[in-house]
Amino acid sequence: MASKTKNANAKSWYIDNFFDFQKKLNGQSGSFINESRIEAIDKLKNTDFPTLKDEEWKYTNITPILNHEFKSPLLTGNPEINAGLVKQSLYTGFDSHLLVFVNGIFSEEFSDLSGIPQGVTINSLNKLIETDPDLIKQYFEKVEYINTFNLVNTAFAYDGFVVIIPDNVILKKPVQILYLTGHKNETVLSAARNLIVAGENSQAKIITNYRPVYDNTYFSNFVTKVFAGDNSVIDIYKLQNESEKAYHIETTKIEQQQKSIVNHHSYSFGGKLVRNDINVKLNGEFIESHLYGLYLGNDNQHIDTHTFIDHAKPNCMSNELYKGILDDNSRGVFSGKILVEQEAQKTNAFQSNKSILLSDNAHADSKPQLEIYADDVKCSHGATVGNIDETAYFYIRSRGVPSNIAKSMLIRAFANDVLEPVNISALSETLSHQIFEHLHRAEI
Amino acid sequence: MIEIKNLHANVEGKEILQGINLKVNAGEIHAIMGPNGSGKSTLANVLAGHEGYEVTEGSVSFNGKDLLDMAPEDRAREGLFLAFQYPVEIPGISNATFLQTALNEIRKYNGQPELSPKEFLDLIKEKSEILNMDSSLLSRAVNQGFSGGEKKRNEILQMLTINPKLAILDETDSGLDIDALKIVSQGVNAFRSDDNAVIVVTHYQRLLDYIVPDFVHVLFHGKIIKSGNKDLALELEEKGYDWLTKGSLETQNV
Ligand SMILES: Nc1ncnc2c1ncn2[C@@H]1O[C@H](COP(=O)(O)OP(=O)(O)OP(=O)(O)O)[C@@H](O)[C@H]1O
Ligand SMILES: [Mg+2]
Repeated sequence: MASKTKNANAKSWYIDNFFDFQKKLNGQSGSFINESRIEAIDKLKNTDFPTLKDEEWKYTNITPILNHEFKSPLLTGNPEINAGLVKQSLYTGFDSHLLVFVNGIFSEEFSDLSGIPQGVTINSLNKLIETDPDLIKQYFEKVEYINTFNLVNTAFAYDGFVVIIPDNVILKKPVQILYLTGHKNETVLSAARNLIVAGENSQAKIITNYRPVYDNTYFSNFVTKVFAGDNSVIDIYKLQNESEKAYHIETTKIEQQQKSIVNHHSYSFGGKLVRNDINVKLNGEFIESHLYGLYLGNDNQHIDTHTFIDHAKPNCMSNELYKGILDDNSRGVFSGKILVEQEAQKTNAFQSNKSILLSDNAHADSKPQLEIYADDVKCSHGATVGNIDETAYFYIRSRGVPSNIAKSMLIRAFANDVLEPVNISALSETLSHQIFEHLHRAEI
Repeated sequence: MIEIKNLHANVEGKEILQGINLKVNAGEIHAIMGPNGSGKSTLANVLAGHEGYEVTEGSVSFNGKDLLDMAPEDRAREGLFLAFQYPVEIPGISNATFLQTALNEIRKYNGQPELSPKEFLDLIKEKSEILNMDSSLLSRAVNQGFSGGEKKRNEILQMLTINPKLAILDETDSGLDIDALKIVSQGVNAFRSDDNAVIVVTHYQRLLDYIVPDFVHVLFHGKIIKSGNKDLALELEEKGYDWLTKGSLETQNV
């Protein structure tokens, strides 16, 4: 009963809030994207938030999110940001094109759009809606919907990042998108719709970096769409460093055309409750999709990853490797569904999910799901949950290495096959360092 | 160096070591032989401080200190080294980094200054040359993808670099080809001095041609049932263990 009331309360909060939000839109209220907003809020009226009874949410209780009244930054106003915060929030050690967003709204002042090659679009969605709506219209469905939070996203998203790489262009520098979120005395809702389009034979590296402005409660709610054209190569690094009181939910939908390669790397450090949905459609032949994920939990963190790999065409391969390192009372959830459609002969689909528990109270759930309608396929999945390897721990200590550093070495060893594919070397070092920092472990 | 008295140890409630007595002095080499499952690795692991084994009785004094009271890392810092029968792979940590960390931790504990990267590099270069080891093995992750022989050689490299007081070599010879066996033995002999001691666990007399023991002990059912000089190893090579173990079981049954 209680959850029903909360569900209804949360819905009416967003629905009521939507009218105030609309009033603040000014110029954008006539844009094509506003039709989606109205459609989304209409749909929300008839859709409940998920509960533990929903198969897709059975390990993740979202009541804490429903308990808060999150407001668009159009209603709360945005905090002042200084260059120091931007600087300390960035991943450094390599050159990048930079887009900065504050509570999901583009900050031109702190972004660096210089030196973008001819024909490449790296910009804010909101700006492009004004200047070049036709460019992006074709890529936006009215309402991206896989769960109720997507409706909140569509209704309240004001901005987002857009990266469009034309055919045959290889973008040399990575694009770094910094999402700074939080408000001093309001629980802010940062909703953004993001778009990545890689034309035929194009290549790009995109880093999304989520950081707090204040270490308090806020809600990041994102939808990101990715189109990988024929023969394109896209590396996406999702580096989630939200505040430890933040809620973070993102749906990433990836659609790949023939011979394309997508490498999706997901690192989850921050956040109180985190949910990532990554849906990949392999919609051509000879496609490769590699999904790597490392999620670290301390305190009461709850980190949930759901993947859905749809093999629609023959001769493709997908490879998922998700690893959790869980300390204190944290909980990691992985659910990976692989669908091999009837037409998708000669599919190779691999999935692995491993967790280590560093404390007796940490917990891991793993749920593989295979649905295979083709007969000539190679599929494998495996899930393990364990503690630190005692023999290896003893081996390291027997060489005089103290127990805390021995543990760090084993943590680093466990994370190694996820870190190895990171192909920006300065980034790989920083991530390795962050693992020890987040788990409050000795550096090695 | 080390004095083991009436050592009993359990694993998962089962008694594996059933009263070991052994004294090793500085400058000595002791060989421990015995059939599979007799408890040789268990003894080595218990001495190095593996927490999976529970010592239920007995004492071990190491250079005057109570060894059983120490954490594994402190035993290493006090000068005990175990070359593992099955060395462990550690992805993501380079062999050189690992060894440098180990060596400097041991030096710190003993009040010695840490080695600079350059000093360390010179040291392992020198030691790996003794073992004819390819320098690429130093930059690779610890033991990862090493061949069986390379792993064993790497254990000896660690021993030479750390330069312990007591080295326990648990079947370091198994999996080595003839040439590697010679090289590894040379490494051990280069390490030997009047100030340190070696315990070699082996199944094969062959190794003892190169590393000549002062004493040979036969371990059976968790007890040393026979001790002798190097001729005992030759005798075992010829006759096997039956002539010893039968007697032992009879005595046990009395
Ligand atoms: N962790 C463990 N759990 C259960 N049993 C164990 C464990 N470690 C050792 N044992 C048992 O203890 C006995 C002695 O094993 P140990 O490895 O010490 O023998 P060993 O003499 O080294 O044999 P080998 O010559 O084959 O190396 C064996 O019966 C073994 O199965
Ligand atoms: Mg053994």
